[in-house]
Amino acid sequence: MSEAVKFHFSVDGEDFSSAGQASVSVKKNLRQLGISPETIRKVSIAMYEGEINMVIHAGGGSADVTVYEDRIEISLDDHGPGIPNVELAMQEGYSTAPDNIRSLGFGAGMGLPNMKRYTDSMQINTEIGVGTHILMTVKL
Amino acid sequence: MKISTIKELLDAEVVCGADSLEREVYSACGSDMMSDVLAYVKDQAVLLTGLVNAQVVRTAEMMDMVCIVFVRSKCPTEEMVELARESNLVLLKTRKRMYEACGKLYAGGLCKNGEKR
Repeated sequence: MSEAVKFHFSVDGEDFSSAGQASVSVKKNLRQLGISPETIRKVSIAMYEGEINMVIHAGGGSADVTVYEDRIEISLDDHGPGIPNVELAMQEGYSTAPDNIRSLGFGAGMGLPNMKRYTDSMQINTEIGVGTHILMTVKL
Repeated sequence: MKISTIKELLDAEVVCGADSLEREVYSACGSDMMSDVLAYVKDQAVLLTGLVNAQVVRTAEMMDMVCIVFVRSKCPTEEMVELARESNLVLLKTRKRMYEACGKLYAGGLCKNGEKR
């Protein structure tokens, strides 16, 4: 693979039940590229948690996945409220999600920690009232 | 443990994937919190849950799981069944509650990491 392969998705913030569709597509696309199942799992779980976060907290956003020769980058962008305290948000179990989200099986405060757990690097750039940009990398 | 054995132990009904009951399952996870499920990757797993929404099926798909058991007679929606079919997931439902369902599978020899009890 000499040139990077890119996939772009917009994440609908209105519909919780459709959250995760982009991650399912990425999973299929990566499979077609012959990426190992373990790597695919890491990328798709990290992206899935990111998608769910964007739906819960930011009213949607966009996701870009780029496959390079040596790594896969997942870039998530939203124009949500921003994360006031990133250090706190990275702690397992800390959540600001509303109760109705918990009844849907999310909001356990595992989203960001899971994204970090399954990727080799994760950078969060967030500004209150402007939005959040997250760049995750999984090595190949 | 084969999915057919899980079906038997839990006296479960097959919702979809009847042709895949001979597939092997090596580990199990019982939870209604999908983020907790996503935190622990294990191969060829079965998910036991009382939660019914599309994210249950997507979570199982992300984790490369092979089977979902809905406890307490919870019934998956048409949309969920459709998603499960697309991902080759077996869906079962049982009248047993979570505690008993997990206990039956554990006692039947299905442990957390595929290890023997």
